[in-house]
Amino acid sequence: MNINTFEELETVCSKTNKKIYEIAQENEAQKNDISVQEVRQVVKISLEAMKEAISAGLHSCEKSYSGMSGGDCKKLQEKFATKSSLLGVIFEKITTYALATSEENARMGKIVACPTAGSCGIVPSVLVSVAEEIQADEEEQINALITAGEIGRIISNKVQLAGAVAGCQAECGVASAMAAGALAQLRGENIDNILSAVALAMKNLLGLTCDPVCGLVEVPCIKRNPFLGIHAVTAYELASAGIKSLIPLDEIIDALEQTGQLMSPSLKESSQAGLAKTKTGIKMEKNFYSRV
Amino acid sequence: MRQSSLIDIISPVMVGPSSSHTAGAVRLGLLAKNVYDEPIEKITFKLYNSYAQTGKGHGTDKGLLAGVLGLAVDDIRIKDIFNSDIAQSIDYQFEYYNDFNRHPNAVDFIFEGQNKMQISGDSIGAGEIAIRKINEFSVKFTGKYNTLLLVYKDVTGMISKVSTIIQAENVNIASLHCDRSGKGETASMCICLDGELQKEAIDKIKEIDHLNMVRYVRKLGN
Repeated sequence: MNINTFEELETVCSKTNKKIYEIAQENEAQKNDISVQEVRQVVKISLEAMKEAISAGLHSCEKSYSGMSGGDCKKLQEKFATKSSLLGVIFEKITTYALATSEENARMGKIVACPTAGSCGIVPSVLVSVAEEIQADEEEQINALITAGEIGRIISNKVQLAGAVAGCQAECGVASAMAAGALAQLRGENIDNILSAVALAMKNLLGLTCDPVCGLVEVPCIKRNPFLGIHAVTAYELASAGIKSLIPLDEIIDALEQTGQLMSPSLKESSQAGLAKTKTGIKMEKNFYSRV
Repeated sequence: MRQSSLIDIISPVMVGPSSSHTAGAVRLGLLAKNVYDEPIEKITFKLYNSYAQTGKGHGTDKGLLAGVLGLAVDDIRIKDIFNSDIAQSIDYQFEYYNDFNRHPNAVDFIFEGQNKMQISGDSIGAGEIAIRKINEFSVKFTGKYNTLLLVYKDVTGMISKVSTIIQAENVNIASLHCDRSGKGETASMCICLDGELQKEAIDKIKEIDHLNMVRYVRKLGN
């Protein structure tokens, strides 16, 4: 069955008394002509690759080709080793795992695009950190990742998940919304609360532009990943208290689409404005392109 | 309505740094190479808009070449493809353009060998791609389905002849896209399939009169 909106998803879930991941994996299996078990197997491959990317990133301080990134994850780990975070272990893990993955991406390492490579640190950092802390088993982690995938899929039916088309709100913004939904699933929230978490996360990232310095997936992308991992936790905490977005989720996605259309092309992955064209951004660009 | 797949959203496992500009580029290269399907002597890549402006920093040029050379998106050789042995076998060049009539992430491949072929495609986000044009014909396929491409003289009954053979194989047609340069002139057909066509069926299609080109392009692995 075709599910194109969150309203439809909610209706189907309540009618069949099934979880989001159950509906999603059944539909995905049917569309690809494979079994539910095979869908879960593919998701498991992504989950494992996410963990490998985190591990690789935690142990490397190799600089990226541009020299603009690499080494911050190590700094953060050293800091937490001597002075722990005000917000506890999960905060430490999310921020370091997100940096680890994003730095790994910038050095052309192997990562999982989720939904995109520039936003590759957000969903894994939240999912893996929390799963470790609450000792969620692998099946539960796969359920959460499928939930995240279904959220991204429904959004992408309306908005292409590319900075060049709709800005960073459609990459890191959507990743944060997916992470909020995954986290709510992992914590056993009901469908209402899962979708509220998605709505709250997405709503608060509308308008985020894509203005990378030198056109590289580094500044501001890498550090944006830990920020938006934590953003997802905020959305989850509010949603699990029963706090709702007054604007329904599907309408927030309409606003995401419209905002993307209205956003100037100069702020959509073309590096012609914003951070990319600050005094320092221009200087970094000159340095980089005189070298390549 | 466009239906994306859940698995596409939480994959692929890929070499960074950009899904649209690196992995998308590899997949466009792979699919274009599979359409050309002949030994390549020379290839020219024309990059447009965001691909032209920020491609170098994202390794888009590396990705496009790696794809044409048959590498998958998670192949760690992409990082250093210009210096790899497999890149020494062909002559390649890159050109950069601005054209706001084109998609932000558009590319033209100009293949030269025994035949010359121009293939145009877009990287439409999250590593997903679409081939839009082959030579002067508009087409529409994404590498997610096995695809049959035909170029032929515009005569009556061509769709029926081809679809009869496909039906006999019990394969469902997911989409069908036709185009032509003019009535009675050259026409093209792009058929995306839910299943797999056996070699015998493709051979049978090749025997139909008035065909200039038949390509069976397998769906991409990742």
